[in-house]
Amino acid sequence: MKVKKLMAIVASTALCATMFASCGSTSSSSTAESKAAGGDTSTAAESTAEGESKAEAESKAEEESKPEDNGGGNGGSGEKIKVGIINNDPNESGYRTANDKDLKATFNEDNGFDAQFYYSLKNDEQITAAQKFIQDEVDYLLLSAADTAGWDSVLKDAQNAGVKVILFDRTIDADPSLYEASIVSDMAKEGQTAVDWLKGQNLDKYKVIHIQGVMGSAAQKGRSGALTEAAEAEPDKWEIVSEQTAEWNAEKAQQIVQAAIDGNKEFNVIYAENDDMAKGAVAALDKANISHGVGKDVIVMGFDCNKWALQELLDQKWNYDGQCNPFQSSYIKDIITKLEAGETLSEKTIIMDEKGFDATTITAEDVENYGI
Amino acid sequence: MPSKMPSQPKTSFWARLFSHQIVIPILALLLLAIFNLISDPTFFSITLGHNSSGNAVLSGNLISIIDSGSELAILAIGMTLVTAASGGQDISVGAAIAIAGSAMVRVLCGGESSPTELKAPIIVAFLIGVAVAMFFGAFNGTLVAYFKIQPMVATLILFTAGRSIAAWINNNELPIVPGEDFKVFGGYIPGIPIPAPFLIAIVCFIVTWLIMKFTNLGLYVQSVGVNEKTSRLNGLNPELIKLMTYVFLGVCVAVAALIKVSRISSINYSVIAKDIEMDAILAVALGGNALGGGKFSIGASVLGAYVIQFLTTTLYKLEVSAVALPAYKAVVVIILVVLSAPTVREKLSRLGKKLRPDKHGAEASKA
Repeated sequence: MKVKKLMAIVASTALCATMFASCGSTSSSSTAESKAAGGDTSTAAESTAEGESKAEAESKAEEESKPEDNGGGNGGSGEKIKVGIINNDPNESGYRTANDKDLKATFNEDNGFDAQFYYSLKNDEQITAAQKFIQDEVDYLLLSAADTAGWDSVLKDAQNAGVKVILFDRTIDADPSLYEASIVSDMAKEGQTAVDWLKGQNLDKYKVIHIQGVMGSAAQKGRSGALTEAAEAEPDKWEIVSEQTAEWNAEKAQQIVQAAIDGNKEFNVIYAENDDMAKGAVAALDKANISHGVGKDVIVMGFDCNKWALQELLDQKWNYDGQCNPFQSSYIKDIITKLEAGETLSEKTIIMDEKGFDATTITAEDVENYGI
Repeated sequence: MPSKMPSQPKTSFWARLFSHQIVIPILALLLLAIFNLISDPTFFSITLGHNSSGNAVLSGNLISIIDSGSELAILAIGMTLVTAASGGQDISVGAAIAIAGSAMVRVLCGGESSPTELKAPIIVAFLIGVAVAMFFGAFNGTLVAYFKIQPMVATLILFTAGRSIAAWINNNELPIVPGEDFKVFGGYIPGIPIPAPFLIAIVCFIVTWLIMKFTNLGLYVQSVGVNEKTSRLNGLNPELIKLMTYVFLGVCVAVAALIKVSRISSINYSVIAKDIEMDAILAVALGGNALGGGKFSIGASVLGAYVIQFLTTTLYKLEVSAVALPAYKAVVVIILVVLSAPTVREKLSRLGKKLRPDKHGAEASKA
């Protein structure tokens, strides 16, 4: 019995000892965490550096981690405008890559901006990043939201913190009072420009193969709308030979056009809602030896103005390419300059100019300047 | 299986029919063919014409089906083996195609977005693509075989990360491969009017068949799938065999990637081969293979792949509205999958057995 008791006592003391030990270790790790957290928020401290008093109030731990975080470029950040930019992943598409490049070219140190970028295709991650930017006390929050919903509370926080929000590329379902401006592409207008161009070709009869993007996406709805309307307005002149979704995918577009060719359908226009799908369609035409391009049997139309697509236009193999303007930074910069000068904006929603290129008038400079 | 046949001479015609795995995809194919024959007999017309580079080519719906369905058929070969050995599926094949294709394009274009000539021979690019795909196959295989992770979970890693890796390989650009030579694999070999992808698929099938015929790999894969422990007791190395099937699927992925990239001489890593993993798994299911591993038939899976393409082309032909297309496809797929499920086939053959003896009995009583 005694042995057992002794063992029990030893065991329990050992247990207590390890408990204390583990407590000690957790407390030390928690201090480490707080240090790390201090490191994270040191950028916030940076912005209030002129205020000094606040920065001094911060703990020593923070100062320890400060040097590595701040790196060099702290000097004179007081005059720089701090912007936090939340975008979708640049890998998403050529459009997004061009968009990101354009933003980076404008919002940099040389132009008087202290910009931080965050990328995600997930709404919740974007919202977390927005909260972090608000804590960092950025002056402007530029946002291209992954999803339209869920932004109200974080934008209210931004408003309370005096952070001005500018939306670009995508709109959200939130009260307009929560943001300063929204810079968007008007997809319906893009479609209308394209269809107007097509009407200007004065064909006797329009037999269109309509290749759609992912159903329900803003680009698909906008670009389909104008064509459907035109076909309904003049049913004897316009005929939609085939209307299918290729989900932005070149191979699917190829199969759809192939099915129309195999079914011996007559058509003289391919209206593809992006360049990739137009490319797939052209591959099917080539296979069946159907001529396409300027002055040929089939008119090929695409969207997005990829550089290679504009090159096809220049080579007269395609006929039309509609722009979806990814170069929003100049618009955003204008707005920031106005707001900094204390002016009020005349309108909240700003629609960008978007061109449509015609193979007969396109120049090599256009390919360079507008190709993405 | 065939050896069992003589031992059950009394089974009815139907029972024997349904015990053959390949019957279901053939039936599905016939059903679709008959449907098309009734709705529009010209569906089957094949004409000889020329493409824009002057080659004689066959064209018609059937040709389009064997053309477009070939990548899926090639993937189905590898997917069948993976399914049989590991009792799970690789859901990362679409992402792996994006990676392998990007690697090929990177080698061919040398990092430029629109070069004027090929920077490397096509065969070198292809072999590098194969090596890359095999590496990622081995990665998946290692996770499944040695770390015993559920195949679907293990391959989820690459499924999620794959397209970003593909984007990184080409610096987020969408390079265009120059020249006509590279278009051959997704188009036509000069002088042969049959689509090249179909020929490639046939070669893949024959090579696999020969491997299965002249080695014991097929048997090993099946025994590992049926029971890992007993196959280990019989001196097999289940881990190695599982790993091999994933590496083999990697080779299939590289071949499919070559065709896909060649079709449009470019690669869009975000949409290339999108959702093809689901179609590949569906092809395996349509082929009547047990998705939990074990017995398999590669021929049935390949046929299943063409059935899926047949269905897609039929729906394009019928001009089903774009929004409703997935719904139609789903209905047909449900019917086919339910019919090809091993348990249903067993029930059907039992039903067949039941019907026949009754008839015999009735006839006997009459006599």
